[in-house]
Amino acid sequence: MSTSKINLVMLKKLFIFTVIMFAFGYALVPFYEKFCEVTGINNLLQPDILVEENWVDTDRWITVELDANTTGIPWDFKPLQSSVRIHPGEPVDVLYEIRNHTDREVNGQAIPSYSPRLLERYLKKFECFCFTKQVLKPNEVRQMPVQFTIEPGIPADVHTVTISYTFFELPGGQKAINDK
Amino acid sequence: MAAVHGDVHGHGHGDHHPTGIMRWVMTTNHKDIGTMYLWFALSMFFVGGTLAMGIRAELYQPGIQILEPELFNQFTTLHGLIMVFGAVMPAFVGFANWQVPMMIGAPDMAFARMNNWSFWLLPVAASFLIISFFVPGGAAAGGWTFYPPLSVQGGLGVDLMIFAVHILGASSIMGAINIITTILNMRAPGMTLMKMPMFVWTWLITAYLLVLVMPVLAGTVTMLLTDRHFGTSFFNAAGGGDPVLFQHIFWFFGHPEVYIMILPAFGIVSEIIPTFARKRLFGYSSMVYATASIALLSCFVWAHHMFTVGMPVVGQLFFMYMTMLIAVPTGVKVFNWTATMWQGSMTFETPMLFSIGFIFLFVIGGFSGVICAIVPIDIQVQETYYVIAHFHYVLVSGSLFALFAGAYYWIPKWTGRMYNETLGKWHFWLSMFFFNLTFFVQHFLGLAGMPRRIPDYALQFADFNMVSSIGAFGFGLTQILFVYIMVSCVRSGEPAPEKPWEGATTLEWTHLPTPAPYHSFETPPVIK
Ligand code: HEM
Ligand SMILES: [Cu+2]
Repeated sequence: MSTSKINLVMLKKLFIFTVIMFAFGYALVPFYEKFCEVTGINNLLQPDILVEENWVDTDRWITVELDANTTGIPWDFKPLQSSVRIHPGEPVDVLYEIRNHTDREVNGQAIPSYSPRLLERYLKKFECFCFTKQVLKPNEVRQMPVQFTIEPGIPADVHTVTISYTFFELPGGQKAINDK
Repeated sequence: MAAVHGDVHGHGHGDHHPTGIMRWVMTTNHKDIGTMYLWFALSMFFVGGTLAMGIRAELYQPGIQILEPELFNQFTTLHGLIMVFGAVMPAFVGFANWQVPMMIGAPDMAFARMNNWSFWLLPVAASFLIISFFVPGGAAAGGWTFYPPLSVQGGLGVDLMIFAVHILGASSIMGAINIITTILNMRAPGMTLMKMPMFVWTWLITAYLLVLVMPVLAGTVTMLLTDRHFGTSFFNAAGGGDPVLFQHIFWFFGHPEVYIMILPAFGIVSEIIPTFARKRLFGYSSMVYATASIALLSCFVWAHHMFTVGMPVVGQLFFMYMTMLIAVPTGVKVFNWTATMWQGSMTFETPMLFSIGFIFLFVIGGFSGVICAIVPIDIQVQETYYVIAHFHYVLVSGSLFALFAGAYYWIPKWTGRMYNETLGKWHFWLSMFFFNLTFFVQHFLGLAGMPRRIPDYALQFADFNMVSSIGAFGFGLTQILFVYIMVSCVRSGEPAPEKPWEGATTLEWTHLPTPAPYHSFETPPVIK
């Protein structure tokens, strides 16, 4: 083979390799999704299992502040109680309310956020409206529970924690007439 | 033309190419293309440098004086992008174009036409970046690493940046394919892989890194583009995406990228030190293996840029140890350079001065890198000026100093003229002084907690910032001297002797006249 032929073969191989690496970049997306699912990293949206006969630390009180936000979704969203006081280990129920104040159907998804950050490790949620998307009919109002506990292992200097949710609009609901 | 064709080599060829501007637009000659890459890189170095002067002028005093915060952010973002993609990377490709064929005894690059395309993509991308300052909303302002959500939210400037990165990526990939093919298929008979000059070795490995990670960067910016305009949600939490995913994919490209910018610098320095120490490179094969292991390891350390995203401790430890491991092959290299100088008959011409300056200051940058790799420390210094100091020690006094060294070293071969040695030495010592004045104090600022990418700062940081800004202005002005030295060398330098560096042993010095003829090695030399 002449040099230029050999070169062309090489060019082809390297080009195919480039295309494979481009695809590899995309393959990282499902890879990381699976990786996080298997290792349990970032599983904010999966329910935890309720363990019976949990130890409750009745000597401690923790104030849980409840917060609600919306971004780009025409809903009102608020907790029905702004905070609760609980013992670590004790399961509690709180209620949030969403109200669609438009006359179209809207899909929404809530994303949780915790403060302080170490709360993520000790907070166990058994039920939450954030595990699935919410669909509200025109002007519908809905009350939704969150059932959770904070494990007694949480460091003793933590007295107040915040659980915050932000609702985002998902595509798929009825679009407003002048939405783009 | 046909009549000329049968003519004697070397004489007839000079008349083949068009003259004037069209010579440069159409050229497929590796030397012409190398020259264009180098001038382009130098111009971009001054564009990026002007932005840096703006940044340092704003930071000269606390408070907002010159740049509104929005514009300041655009300056830092474009400074980084232009220096990385417009200055340092093309400059090294320019060196590869000039030197690789001459050092392996090949007549030209493997794909001469593609070589021309790779170059001409660059001005297009650069103009996108520069134009983006003047579109509504201004240029991208979320940092050169363009993390979402800012990069998903920005305006037209971000789109222009995305296109520019696409084009620059295509150009680098084409360049890399060209370099790999040239090195693997076109070496002169007898030039085995383990006889190749170190510069060629480092570029071979760099080119492999480029084809490995540039496509991933292209994928990342494509995801960003579709998130912005086509309703996907790779990085958008509202749609089920995750901004942390961006950081993982970006730094899969990003860390190897920093080695793409330093390995050819290692190569240049590995050519210059033996020449001026008049000894063979100490530990040639360990140099090759060290380069290869650095490249390999660099693909498994990306998350050291993300220690604070909330990854599990096992993850932090893994990436911490992997990162520290890189210091081992890097240490081998530093050892070998030092051992090459040991008991050599050294002289200190400008290329050697820049190379020794490189070793000193790069080692400082390497150490601060290892310090950043220690998780509990990095949690303190991440996003502070400490990191800025670290990467300017490896990139400015590392990559850039090596580029200067290479330019002084090879300009006699390229032009047949000598640069002014006295001025060259001035350039070195002024650069050395002002560089350290600018960046050494940034270590202190970072340790004291001054955040990066912010136009204003608390009063206790004022003194060091003023020192740093004065250093930066001095460094900027000094680089005008470099342009003066280069231009006056090209136009009216003393004619260079055939072999200005007696210790040089690579083919371009031993087998070619000075200046190197337009076409070289059309019949390959035989290497014993
Ligand atoms: C022994 C070698 C090195 C080690 C251990 C090292 C380690 C690190 C670490 C841990 C960081 C992250 C710091 C943070 O964001 O908090 C970092 C940042 C950085 N390093 Fe290095 N590094 C090394 C060599 C290099 C080289 C050779 C280059 C380039 C030529 C380089 C360029 C950079 C850049 C540009 C950043 C900052 C990226 C950004 O956030 O904008 N490093 N390095
Ligand atoms: Cu890195």
